[in-house]
Amino acid sequence: MATQQTRTLGRVLIAPAVALLFVWMIVPLAMTIYFSLQYKNLLNPGEESFAGLDNFTYFLTDPAFITALINTLVLVGSVLLITIVLGTFVALLMNMPIYGRNIVRLMVIAPFFVMPTVSALVWKNLLMHPVSGLFAWLMSSVGLEPIDWFTNYPMLAVILIVAWQWLPFASLILLTALQSLDEEQKEAAEMDGAGAVSKFIYLTLPHLARPITVVILIETIFLLTVFAEIFVTTGGGPGLQTTNLAFLIYQAALLQFDVGSASAGGLVAVVIANILAFFLVRIVGRNLEA
Amino acid sequence: MGSITLENVRKSFGSADIIQGASLEIEDGSFVVFVGPSGCGKTTLLRLIAGLEDVTSGQIRIDGADVTDVPPAKRGLSMVFQSYALYPHMSVRGNIAFGLKMAGMPKGEIDRKVEGAASILNLTPYLERKPRDLSGGQRQRVAIGRAIVREPKAFLFDEPLSNLDAALRVQMRQEVTRLQKQLATTAVYVTHDQVEAMTMADRIVVLNAGRIEQYGSPLELYEHPANLFVAGFIGSPKMNLIGREVAGQFGAATIGVRPEHITVARDGEGWEGTVGVAEHLGSDTFIYVDVPQVGTLTARTVGELGIRVGERVRLRPDQRRIHRFDTEGRALAA
Ligand SMILES: Nc1ncnc2c1ncn2[C@@H]1O[C@H](COP(=O)(O)OP(=O)(O)OP(=O)(O)O)[C@@H](O)[C@H]1O
Ligand SMILES: [Mg+2]
Repeated sequence: MATQQTRTLGRVLIAPAVALLFVWMIVPLAMTIYFSLQYKNLLNPGEESFAGLDNFTYFLTDPAFITALINTLVLVGSVLLITIVLGTFVALLMNMPIYGRNIVRLMVIAPFFVMPTVSALVWKNLLMHPVSGLFAWLMSSVGLEPIDWFTNYPMLAVILIVAWQWLPFASLILLTALQSLDEEQKEAAEMDGAGAVSKFIYLTLPHLARPITVVILIETIFLLTVFAEIFVTTGGGPGLQTTNLAFLIYQAALLQFDVGSASAGGLVAVVIANILAFFLVRIVGRNLEA
Repeated sequence: MGSITLENVRKSFGSADIIQGASLEIEDGSFVVFVGPSGCGKTTLLRLIAGLEDVTSGQIRIDGADVTDVPPAKRGLSMVFQSYALYPHMSVRGNIAFGLKMAGMPKGEIDRKVEGAASILNLTPYLERKPRDLSGGQRQRVAIGRAIVREPKAFLFDEPLSNLDAALRVQMRQEVTRLQKQLATTAVYVTHDQVEAMTMADRIVVLNAGRIEQYGSPLELYEHPANLFVAGFIGSPKMNLIGREVAGQFGAATIGVRPEHITVARDGEGWEGTVGVAEHLGSDTFIYVDVPQVGTLTARTVGELGIRVGERVRLRPDQRRIHRFDTEGRALAA
């Protein structure tokens, strides 16, 4: 794309795709904006009227909003931390020449293929269930009181489930990055007297900086909208303890049938996601340049 | 100090015997070059010395101490890799300093040494740059800088110049030799370029299929090749090897004559043949002559003789410089 001609040609050729994407995006967005400015409740059909910014005021001043925002950030942050730290560790292990490496890799990747709803059900009923769950059985077989995860540590439980789902993704991306680390660089470091820890700190980590930022960016986009796991397991509770923004909007729209308020919430979520994405892209961009 | 001794070192990868019993005595301060065709095990032998591969059997000693099971960092050697293997996230300074930092040297001393090495290698202006912002020759020098700051017992080089263009290669060749003499540190240098081998080495190790064919000074190898392989490998263009009846006349299974030891004339004594190809290099002319009963012989003449393709010429080998080999390819005493 060096010359004027190829640039123009390039623009002409991608124009249809851009136009399609634009329409694809703009129609729902425009509708959301429209609804967010209306009083519209599905329980009272035909009583729509212009609301100004009332819906926004209502949504933003709702004490549930701040709680949901904090919950969202806690969820995103914890899952990112767990998946990246554990993912690096798993990737390092998978990169070792161990027996049956291919099988291990397949098994590590497997959770990624399980639908969120299914995995949440499995965790809820087979693993974390206080009476019939595997964890409860493990704890009681060593004489401990089983933990009732969703009552006592609901947020932690949700974080664990979501992290379990995203660990394969992080591991996989980091593994491919590790495989591209130059063998001779490692040997040079070895000759320079670097032990395993120094090699990790001075060679591997800088090499992983870029893929880690990519993982952060992609995971954040999806983690902001975690819904199925919460819906299936805790239903946002107890109280508001596991209600994130996505779940709060769902509650507004489908439990209170308040489309106007839900639309306003949706827009707020879009703005928050954009603010986060803006900073993330800048961080990633800096790393990609390096 | 840095003498290296290999005693019957063997290396197998699975069932493939790559190094088949190498014994070698590398003197302190000498420049030893491993040369041989591709895949003969030069890199493997160097990596065995470095400790990056485990020997299958045999012993490696440095300054008399058995280091066969000592990890690479503790052998006191430093290596320059073919790919340079610079640390991409560190500046030139960081790259050169890394080994010293790992050794726990105080910061001030590290800076002093790094700057010393940088000034020897003309790298001072680039100390804060990242490797990717350097030219190939500069990267090469950083790799060398990284090797010299640690003041190792010996340098190991694996084809360090093969990624450079011809002119830079000649220049770096001289710089490396000069530096090695100046530091008086033992160097083991791998190359498949025999010009590099001949010009840089105090002593050359000719490897072939995992065996040491000959170990000697460049001139020894040129004048007294121990066998047919070395005779054919050292020297450019290759030595003419002649078998059959002609060799029989000299009491050998094969005789060898270097192209530069053949006189070309239009008449007189000698083998008669037809010029097939003539390569004019200006300073020299290489003439390829088809001689009946003998084969195609290469002759090198200085300057221009005005010989054209298709002409009939006489080739007279220098009788004192004919190499004779027995049926196993070993050199016979003159
Ligand atoms: N890790 C390994 N596993 C199996 N075989 C190997 C391994 N490393 C090297 N070899 C084999 O050992 C032989 C010698 O390899 P080596 O790299 O020492 O050759 P070389 O003389 O350095 O060649 P070149 O001039 O092409 O670099 C080759 O046939 C190669 O295929
Ligand atoms: Mg090699």
